Parts: sequence; C-alpha cells; structure tokens
Amino acid sequence: MIKKLSGCIREYKKESILAPVFVTLEVVMEVLIPLVMAGLIDHGIDAGNMKEVGKYGAVLVVFALLSLWFGVLAAKYAAVASAGFAKNLRKDMFYNVQTFSFSNIDKFSAASLITRLTTDVTNVQMAFMMVVRVAARAPLMLIFSVVMAFVINVEITLVFIGVLPFLAAALFLIINKAHPIFERIFKTYDKLNNVVRENIRGIRVVKAYVREKHEIDKFKKTSEVIFKDFSKAEKLIAFNGPVMQLAIYTCMIGASWIGAKLIVAGSLTTGELVSIITYAMQILMSLMMVSMIFVMMTISRASAERTCEVLSEKSDITDPEEPVTEVKDGSIIFKNVGFSYSGDAERECLFDIDLEIKSGETVGIVGGTGSSKSTLIQLIPRLYDVSEGEVLVGGVNVKDYDLHVLRNSVSVVLQKNVLFSGTIIDNMHWGDENASMEEIERACEISQANEFINGFPDKFETYIDQGGTNVSGGQRQRLCIARALLKKPKILIMDDSTSAVDTATDAKIRKGFREDIPDTTKIVIAQRIASVEHADKIIVLEGGRIDGIGTHEELLHNNEIYREAYTSQMKGGAGIGE
Amino acid sequence: MENKERKPSGIKPGKGVKIKGGGPKDPKQTLKRLMKLMEGYKGRILLVFALIFVSSLGGVASSMFIGVLIDEFIVPLTMTPDPVFTGLAKVLTIMAGVYIAAALATLFYNRIMVVVAQEILKKVRDEMFAHMQKLAIRYFDTNNYGDIMSRYTNDTDTLRQMIAQTIPQLFSSAMTIIVVLAAMLYSSVPLTVIVLITAFLMLKLGGKIGAKAGFFFVKQQKSLGEVNGYIEEMISGQKVVKVFCREEKVIEDFDKLNEELCRNATSANKIANMMMPIMANLGNLQYVIIAIIGGMLAISGIDEGLTLGTIAAFLQLTRSFSMPVNQVAQQINSVAMALAGAERIFQLMDEPVEDDEGSVILVDAEYEDGILKETDHRTEMWAWKEILADGSVKYTELKGDVRFNNVDFGYSSEKEVLHDINLYAEPGQKVAFVGATGAGKTTITNLINRFYDITDGTILYDGIDVKRIKKSELRRSLGIVLQDTNLFTDTVMENIRYGRLSATDEDVINAAKLANAHDLIMRLPKGYDTVLEGDGANLSQGQRQLLAIARAAVNDPPVMILDEATSSIDTRTEAIVQRGMDRLMNNRTVFVIAHRLSTVQNADVIMVMDEGRIIERGTHDMLIEQKGRYYQLYTGAFELE
Repeated sequence: MIKKLSGCIREYKKESILAPVFVTLEVVMEVLIPLVMAGLIDHGIDAGNMKEVGKYGAVLVVFALLSLWFGVLAAKYAAVASAGFAKNLRKDMFYNVQTFSFSNIDKFSAASLITRLTTDVTNVQMAFMMVVRVAARAPLMLIFSVVMAFVINVEITLVFIGVLPFLAAALFLIINKAHPIFERIFKTYDKLNNVVRENIRGIRVVKAYVREKHEIDKFKKTSEVIFKDFSKAEKLIAFNGPVMQLAIYTCMIGASWIGAKLIVAGSLTTGELVSIITYAMQILMSLMMVSMIFVMMTISRASAERTCEVLSEKSDITDPEEPVTEVKDGSIIFKNVGFSYSGDAERECLFDIDLEIKSGETVGIVGGTGSSKSTLIQLIPRLYDVSEGEVLVGGVNVKDYDLHVLRNSVSVVLQKNVLFSGTIIDNMHWGDENASMEEIERACEISQANEFINGFPDKFETYIDQGGTNVSGGQRQRLCIARALLKKPKILIMDDSTSAVDTATDAKIRKGFREDIPDTTKIVIAQRIASVEHADKIIVLEGGRIDGIGTHEELLHNNEIYREAYTSQMKGGAGIGE
Repeated sequence: MENKERKPSGIKPGKGVKIKGGGPKDPKQTLKRLMKLMEGYKGRILLVFALIFVSSLGGVASSMFIGVLIDEFIVPLTMTPDPVFTGLAKVLTIMAGVYIAAALATLFYNRIMVVVAQEILKKVRDEMFAHMQKLAIRYFDTNNYGDIMSRYTNDTDTLRQMIAQTIPQLFSSAMTIIVVLAAMLYSSVPLTVIVLITAFLMLKLGGKIGAKAGFFFVKQQKSLGEVNGYIEEMISGQKVVKVFCREEKVIEDFDKLNEELCRNATSANKIANMMMPIMANLGNLQYVIIAIIGGMLAISGIDEGLTLGTIAAFLQLTRSFSMPVNQVAQQINSVAMALAGAERIFQLMDEPVEDDEGSVILVDAEYEDGILKETDHRTEMWAWKEILADGSVKYTELKGDVRFNNVDFGYSSEKEVLHDINLYAEPGQKVAFVGATGAGKTTITNLINRFYDITDGTILYDGIDVKRIKKSELRRSLGIVLQDTNLFTDTVMENIRYGRLSATDEDVINAAKLANAHDLIMRLPKGYDTVLEGDGANLSQGQRQLLAIARAAVNDPPVMILDEATSSIDTRTEAIVQRGMDRLMNNRTVFVIAHRLSTVQNADVIMVMDEGRIIERGTHDMLIEQKGRYYQLYTGAFELE
C-alpha cells in the first residue's frame, strides 16, 4: 500500500525529502536554543555579566532566526510536497477510472468512486503532510532532547526516562481502546448522512405519506448512537491531557528535588536546571506527538486502503494486441451468446442468443421489465464482455476491434443517460469534437430538438445544468439522441430513449431516421409497440431468452407476449383511429 | 419528470453554492445564538470553567515554582554549610498536591466538556433535522442538495471543534494569560510592559498571517469544490463517457482543474504551516529581549526588586505567557470558520416552516342509523372532522370530490405556469391528465396535496377549501406515486410498509402481489428481507416503480394520484398492475398522469393540457370524436403511412 501511494510523489521527490530535512534542522535549533538560554542565565544573569548576556543573546537571536528560516522552508516544502502528492494521487485515480469498463464501475458503484476520489484523497493528503512535517519532527525531537538532557545531567534524565514507559503505555492504552469506537463512529456517521441524503431526495415521498415523525425518530435513533459512542470515545481521549500533565509534573518535582541537591553539592548550575526542565517538556511533547501521528495514521489507513483499491483495479476490457481499426459495415451477429454480470453461470441473464442483423436494418426489441433488453445491446459496443459465445460487428468479433474504433461506430443512447454542465453546443461536441454548427442543427432536427432549443432565449448557447436538470425529461432524451447521431455511427442503439417523448414526436424522430440515415443499422428498445411496429425485425425477449423474432404481422400472429402487449396498448382504441 | 416546472429559473440556486464563503456575515448574532444554545448547560459549563481555572493554576504554579525554588531554597541552601532539605521536601509535597489537583481538574473538565459538546451537537442535529422535515417542498426544490447536506457534515463538525476544543482552550489560554500576567506584574512591572508590547505585536502579526491564510483557504476550498464537483459529474456519467470515447478530453479538463487546486492548496498550506515556526521563534526573540533588558535593569540596579532569581523566573513566565498567546492567535481562524458553520446551521433552522392554518382532520367513520359517526377502527370509509365556531363537530364524508375553481399558479411570481384551471373530479372517477412535458400536469397534483399553494382561485375537496384542511390530514387522504421513485435504505418489506406503518407482513405481501412486484421480490437474494441500498440502485427503474406502487397500495388511500407511475414499466406488466389498482381503488377517486395513452384510455375523464391550460376534456370516445389535440396524439400512436 505504502509503495503504491509513494508512487504518486514523482516530481515532488525533492520537496518530499527537503521538507523533513529542514524539519530536522529546525529541530536541531529548537534543541540548542534551551542550551543557549541556560548559558545566558548562568554566565550572564547569574554572574551579573552584561557582556555575556549580550553574547548569548546574540547567539540566541541568530539561532532563532535560523530556526525561523528552516521552519519556513520546511513549511513551504511540506505544503508543495503534500499538495503535489494529492494532485498526483487524484490524477492517477481519475486516469485509472477512465480506463474502467462498465463492470469495473458497477463493482465500485459511482457513489463509492466519488467518495474515494474526494474525501478519501483529502484524508490521505492530510496524513501525508503529517508524515513529512511531524513524523520526522517527533522522534528526532525525542532523541535530541534525551541526548541533550543526558549531556547536562545523567541523574535527572534518568528520572525522565523512568517516566517515559508509563506515559507511553498509558497513551497506547487510551488510543487502543478509543480507536475501535472511532471506527464505529465513522460508520454511524455514514448512516446518519445517508438518512439525511435520502430524506432530502425523497422529501416528496416523506411528505406525501406524512412520515415526518417516523423519519425524525429514525434520525434520532442514529444520532443517539453517535452521541453515545462519541461521548465514550472522547471521554477516553480526555485522559490524554491529564496523563501528560502528570508525567510533566512528576518530572518537574523529580528534577527539582535532585536538581536542588546537585546544585547545593555544586555539580549543577541553576541555568542548567531550567534548561533540563525545558528538555523534559520537549521529550514528553514529542511522545504526545508520536501518539497523535499514530491516531492520525490509523484513521487515514482506511482511506488509504480505499484509494489503493481504485489504483490497483485493472480494467477487464482491454484493447487486443493487434486491433482491427475499421468497422466495415453495420451488420451484427450474436452466436450462442450467454451472459452474466457476476461471471457465475448460476445467475445468467442472457441465454443462447442467436441473432443476425443485416447492415442498415431497423430492429426493435421488446420485452417485459427485467427481460435483459439493455444487457443484450450493451454487448454490441463491448461495454460488457460476453460470458459465452461471441458477438460479431461488421463480420469481426468485437473483442478484436480497437475499443475506440468500435465504440465510435456503435452509438448507444443509454437508458440512464446524462447531459453534462455546459452549453447545448458543448454537449453536442461529445458526439463529434469538430462538428460544425450546420451538422449540429441537422442532428437536432432529426431528433426533433431544434424546435424547443430555438424556443430558449439563448438557443444553442443555453447552459445545461449538471445532469441536465433544467430541461424536461423528453427534451433531455432528444438532446441525447442528437448527441449520439453526431457520431455518424454505423450502428445506432436507442435504449428506451423516447419514453418521455410524446407519440407524435416519437413518430417524427423515426421518420427522420428512415430518411436521413438509411444505411445505419438502428436498434430500438421500446415499451411502446408503436415505436417498433414498422421495424424490419422485432425481437421479443423474455427472461433473457429470445421468445420470438419476426415482423409486426408475424409476431401478432405467432407470439403470445407480443400480441398481449399490443392489445394492452391498443385496447379500446382499435378501429377508431383508422 | 417535469423538472422545468419544479425548478423555475427565477429561484434556482446559483452555481457553486456548496462552496463555503470566507467569514461569517453576522458573527455577533451567531455568537449570541451559540451562547443561547449553551444556556441549558450553564451549570456544567460553569463547573468546567472553574475546573479550567484550577488546571491552569497548576500550569502557572509550575512555572513560578522554579523562581521560588531557586530564590528561596537553592540559593540559601548553597549558603549554608550544612544544608537541611526537609523544608524543600515539604514544599515539593505541597506542589505535588497542587499538580495532582490540576491534572484531575483537567481530566474532569475534559470529560464534562466533551459530553456537553456532544449533547449540544445531538440537539443541534435533531433540531435541524426535525425542522427540515417541516420545511415546504419549495425549499428542497430551490436549494442544492449538497449544500443542505454539508450543514449536517462540515458545518456541524466545525461546531463540534468549536465547543469541545476551541472554547475550553480559549478560556484556558485566557486564564493562563491572566494569572501569568499577574505573576509577571508582581515580579517586575517594566519587564511586564515590554512583554505586553511584544505579545501585542505577535498577536497582530499572527492575525495578519491568519487572514492571509484564510484568503488562500477560501480559494483552496473553491478549487476543491470545483475539482470534486467535476469528479462527481464525470464519474456519475462515466458510462456515457465510455460510450462516447471521451476519456482523453475528460482527463484534459480534469488536469486543468487539478493543477489549479494544487496551486491554491500549496499557497494556503504554505502560509498555515509557517504560522507555527514564525510564532514560536518570535517567542524566542521575545525571550532574548527580556533577558537583555532584565539583565541590564538588574545589574545596573535601576530596578532594585529585580533579583537574579526573579529574572530566571520571569524568563520562564515569558515562555508560559507566549504559549497561550500563540494558541489564541492560531485559534482565531478556527473560530471564524466555526462561526461561519454555525451561521449556516442557524440559517437552516430559521427557514420558515411550511405554514399550516388548516384545522379539519381526517377520521375513520361509519354510518350509524344514517348518521356519520367517528370510529376507532378502519372501515373503508373516512370523514372530514371539522370543529365549528360554536364548538359543535361537523362530519363530512370523504368522497373524493375535487374541484378547481379558476386556479392560477406560478412557482415564482414572474412566471405563471397554470392559467385559470377549472376542473372537477367526481367521487369514484378516474381522472387522467395528458399533454406534452411542461404542460403543467405535475403542477396540478402538487397543488392538490399542497406541496405548493395556489396564487389565485380555490381548490375544494368534498366541498371544503383545502386551505382549511390540516396538511398532514390532507396528504394522508391522498396516495401518491411519483415517476421518480425514492426508496430508503432498509429491507424491501419495510420499504413497502412505509405506506402504512401498521401493515402486517401479510398486508405487505398482498400489496406486492397486487402491484405485480411479488415475483420480482422473490427473485431478490433474500426476498422480502433484501436490504435496498443507495435508493435501490441495483434495481431497474421499472422494478423500483413496481415497489413504489406496492407501497402506495399498502397505504390503501381514499384518493390516489399516479404521476407517471408506470412510465418505465412495460405495457403488459402495466396492464396487470392497472387491473390490480382498479380493483383496489374501486369507487375511489384516482388521478392519473401519463404520456402513454394506453395508460389513460380507460379513464372516466381525460383532461388534455397544453401550456398550463386545459384545452380538451371528456372521455376517450368523446375526445376521439372531437378530432382535436387528443385525436392527434392518439392517432400519432397508430401512425398510418
């Protein structure tokens, strides 16, 4: 894990090394300063010698300035290194996510990926900064201070050394006890946030069912757990301060008692006593810092692990060694295809699919909720790999194509489609980076989007909010179709892409397809029979199997499911409109 | 989903509301509110302050003790040829007692304070959530979700730090400063003056650095918000990115934002990191100044009271003094942040709640000798209970008669989206609304259940103005299924039971069967005990809609509103669901909104809407006869060539 993360330091190696180096120098200064202070008291003030006071004072000023300079440099390098590290970490993760296949994304879920790239990265960054700044400081401070204390006086230092293990044990015990509680708290926090999030999003449901009280009780229960756990953990942590104080005070009293005797005996000066007490403080402080690092590290360990999981995830769909770089035509063949999302044969959701679609054909796919219609079409642009059999596009197995080539030729309008924040033109450029205004307008004309776009005050420059929430569902679908058309694909797949469009407009879109892109293979998944009625071929899916293939008339004649769907939609209307 | 209606541009939040601004707008007021919040814990907080006092006395005593040790014991003892240490031992014992008391005081004040802080936080969270539940739908429609969320997370967290850490620390620092100051004044007035001047300069500088760091921190937060926003948007749409092979372009944009964040984070942290060494070394310089001036004063004999021991002690005091001053300087920023956070929390709590002046309530009822009587059990019959001005009670049977009289409505005052709507739904009728997206269909249902209030006209429900009906009772009488299903993290069983909390498992299963969701549920890994997570992310939209219908079915409401409730369900399943619903809602009023004409065909009345007006009304046959808009829409479905 450490190796993986340290790989993100890269061009910030210099800063990452310099930061602890300057921290070390700063610590050296900080350790020397009390010594000079002792000298100032002993040789200057105690001796009543102003010259000495001036001399030691000058040295002290120089040391303080050096310490300041080192400190500032350490601060600077630590900031550069940690910001750079976080940048690289974020970058590496984001780059890797871009290589993910659909199943990689499914495995993590988009929400979890987002947390990993945002909150977790910030946590790891904080830990990194801590490591370069404090991790070097605390142990160094500990060692230097102990050495200096020994130099001044062995007996008193032994008192400190004697106190140390008790303090260390106490701190360790506290952290050890509190840590699991904190981990639990983080989980409860997630739960609490989830309740809030669901309530904000589902407020209409809560209000419609008048469940405000129920939700408040649910929330209170969780917040009660947080209260109890947090109080418990913090009460334990509250021992830290007093334990520390006790240790310091014990050292003080020990040092005073022994120190007084030594001074009286003439083997210690008062100045030395003052500085050895300062060292005692530094020793204990650095131990405290070590314990804090320990806490910080364990807290961010979970985050680090989660980021590493993203870093080491390998895409399960990759380009072949010698990819085919041209899609000849829009023909599609499914040979004996079986598929399961999890990979185990038990939970297959497509079975024995055999299918042949000629280039330029229009194919409709109908089937009940959960009949795996979307799954079927996602195999064509190789968004998922088949578990069994093979899928051929333009006569070549999809696994042999360069992925970009394949996906640029096969344009899918997904069921859960999204627009991105930016103008309508920006969104259209997703289909074709270099599309001219005429081409964009043409595509929007076919998808029947022109009319409403021109109704907006800013026309094609209209800003679309994130997720396209400022246009209606039907408008969003039409924009998504236009975007897909701009790819000028050999195969166009629409997964229930006109469900929110009214029937008349839907018909116009289909008419546009027929007239403007006759050579493109068109696959249409629809609930509405009217949307597929005139297709060259209609596929009826049921429970992951093909239940029937044929034209509208054939299926009406020989397919139960199709006929039922048709009558349910035309019920009561038969004959009147005609 | 008719978002365009729900989020009219006039009241939409600006971009990037999520980003926290610099400082609080009205810190004084916020501070007052915070004080008020802590008032309930006055006793314990006062105790904490007393304990902090004891604890900081210990700290001060230890630094003063050095001087006493040197002047009173060590120096005299060195003078005596035969030193006796019993006096010293006695003093040390007393000191040990003081120290133990101080440590215990620290322990207790910490323990009390963390609990107080957590109690306050729990109170704040609970109150905030309870208050949020009372807010009108408009609030949720016009505020960024992330922005509301962050009040529960980031802002509450800054508040926790403020109460649990900053306040005790500031108080402790203040105590130490005061006591040390007194001690310093006692030792030497001129030296104290010098310390005060230098400390003042240090605080000034600290404040300046803090302000600068704050400026960059705001910039960093803004950048971080942008990067995280970009990550969120792109990863949410990652599948679309893949489909369009946009990986390279997305990476390019990401790099730009990420670089910018790196720059701002570096600037912010650089300054923040420098704070410590700068302040600490200024403390060292202060030490030298005091040593030199003190030495001069003592040696030259200007200040007669200044002994060598006093200077040594005073120098120790100087260090004890600069430490809390440093702490205060460093806390300034976190106080500002906490106040900003607290202000946002109070802002949410001050949001005006959904007003409800209605008093008419809904009760179970039955006819007894021809008179409508209230009962305590479910009778499949409901009555509106009204208490009249003279104190008498009036019962009106709930029939589901809904009338709109000249209703006008706009989400914002500038733009009216419904114009002069007149409609009536007679009891037991199935009323359908059809029309293009944005025609105002959903808005009508938002008005019936009073998610929004009408601008003009009246809505009567069984002859009672809906404004007079208590909102919770009104909504209890209306079952609603929306196109956007919202499920909660819980088992399938509990999600359906949400419709009626008192429903038995059997009721739930029956409802699921009625909604044709039973088979799909049985196919889930643990059937009804399967826990749905992330709004039922592992179910398809159609499956989620079936669950939402089951939830409404278990509610078994007198009146039902189905707003595109079956839009993602295939028509065959839809027909089965519809048959079930028809049976359930037999003789009850149902409102149906749909694009799909097959969904509405068998309605008793169909209203065709266009641009906020009802342009046609009648039965399917009548409307076909009319050869108007409905006819056009309908024949569009047949599409003869």
